[in-house]
Amino acid sequence: MSEQPGRHEAPAVTEPPPTADTAWRRLAAVARPKATRANAFAALLALVLGFAIATQVRQTQEQGLESLRQSDLVGILDNVTQSQARLDTEARALQTTRDQLVNGSSAAALSAARERLDSLGVLAGTLPAHGPGITMTIDDPGHKVTAPVLLDALEELRDAGAEAVQIGPARVVASTSFTDAGDGIEVDGTRLTPPYTLTAIGDAPTMAAAMDIPGGISETVRGLGATPRVTQSQALRIDALQTLREPRYARPVPTPTPSSS
Amino acid sequence: MIPALGLLAGILAGLLLHPTVPLWLQPYLPIAVIAALDAVFGAVRAVMDGIFNDKVFVVSFLSNVVVAALIVFLGDQLGVGAQLSTGVVVVLGLRIFSNVASIRRHLFRA
Repeated sequence: MSEQPGRHEAPAVTEPPPTADTAWRRLAAVARPKATRANAFAALLALVLGFAIATQVRQTQEQGLESLRQSDLVGILDNVTQSQARLDTEARALQTTRDQLVNGSSAAALSAARERLDSLGVLAGTLPAHGPGITMTIDDPGHKVTAPVLLDALEELRDAGAEAVQIGPARVVASTSFTDAGDGIEVDGTRLTPPYTLTAIGDAPTMAAAMDIPGGISETVRGLGATPRVTQSQALRIDALQTLREPRYARPVPTPTPSSS
Repeated sequence: MIPALGLLAGILAGLLLHPTVPLWLQPYLPIAVIAALDAVFGAVRAVMDGIFNDKVFVVSFLSNVVVAALIVFLGDQLGVGAQLSTGVVVVLGLRIFSNVASIRRHLFRA
C-alpha cells in the first residue's frame, strides 16, 4: 500500500529526482489517448467531477435557506423569533404612547395642570388678575382709619367672595400684614397714606352690599370721620404682584399621583 | 487527455443543464468535490513519479468521495457536522497543497 499513487507522501527531496524532461514526458505519455477500460472509467469519473463542480458552484451562487444545515436553520429561526419578540414589544409600547397621545389624556392633564397653575397664581398673588369687582376709596383727612379697620374691610371683602384684592400698590394675599405707622398704614411694609384705595375682584353687587350693611365697614369708617366711596365696575385690573416665598419649614405631604399610563 | 476532456465536458454540461442538487445530496456534494479534487491531484502527482495506475486512480477517487461523504454524514448524525466538514476540508486542502507542490517541483524544478 505504500506505493499507492495519490496517497503516498513522496519525500521529493531524498529520492533521485527525475529531471523535468522525464516529468513532462511521463505527462505526455499518460495524456496519449488509450482505449483501456480504466482510462474510460477515469474519463467518466472526471466527467462526473466536472459536472459536480459546476453544479455546486451554481448551487452556492444561488444559495438559499434550503441548503443550510438543520442547526444553522434553528439558529436563524431563533434569531428571527427573538428579533420579532423585541420588535413586538417595541411596537406595543409605541402603540400605547400613540393611543395616549391620540386620546389626549396627557394633553388633558397638561391643560388641567395649567388651569390649576393659573388659579393658584391668582390666589397667591403671583399673576395679574382682571374681572368684575369694586373699587373702594377711603378718604381719611383726619388719619383716624387704623390698620384694624383696613383689615376688617379686607375680611369683609373676602367674606363677600373677593378673589383678588389690592390695597394701594400692594397685592393682598394670605400673609399680608397691616401695621399702623404714624399718619398712615403699612401694608406688607409699603407705607400708604390716605386716601386708601381698595380694589377687589369678585361678584361686584355682593361686595358692594357687604360694604354698606348696617354696622359694616362704610358705617365704621364714616363714624371715624372718613369718607368711603364704593364704585362697581365690570372690568377691573389688578396688576400688583407678590413674589412667592419658598416656605422655610412647611413641606407638602407627598400625595400619590395617578400614574401616567 | 481523455479524462481532462471529460472534466471539461462535465463542467460544460453542468453550466448548460442547470441541474438542481437533490436535497439529500446537498451537504455532501461540496465535500465530495473536494475529495475528488484531492484524488485527481494525487493522480497527477503519481504520473510525475512514474507510478500512475488507472485502476488505482479510479479506486482512490471513488473511495475518497465515499469516505468524505460518510464522514460528513456521520458528523451530521452526531451533531458535529459543521465542525467535521471543516476538518475534512482542511485535511483535504492540505493534501491538495502538498500534491500540487510536488507536481510543481517535478515540472519546474522549483
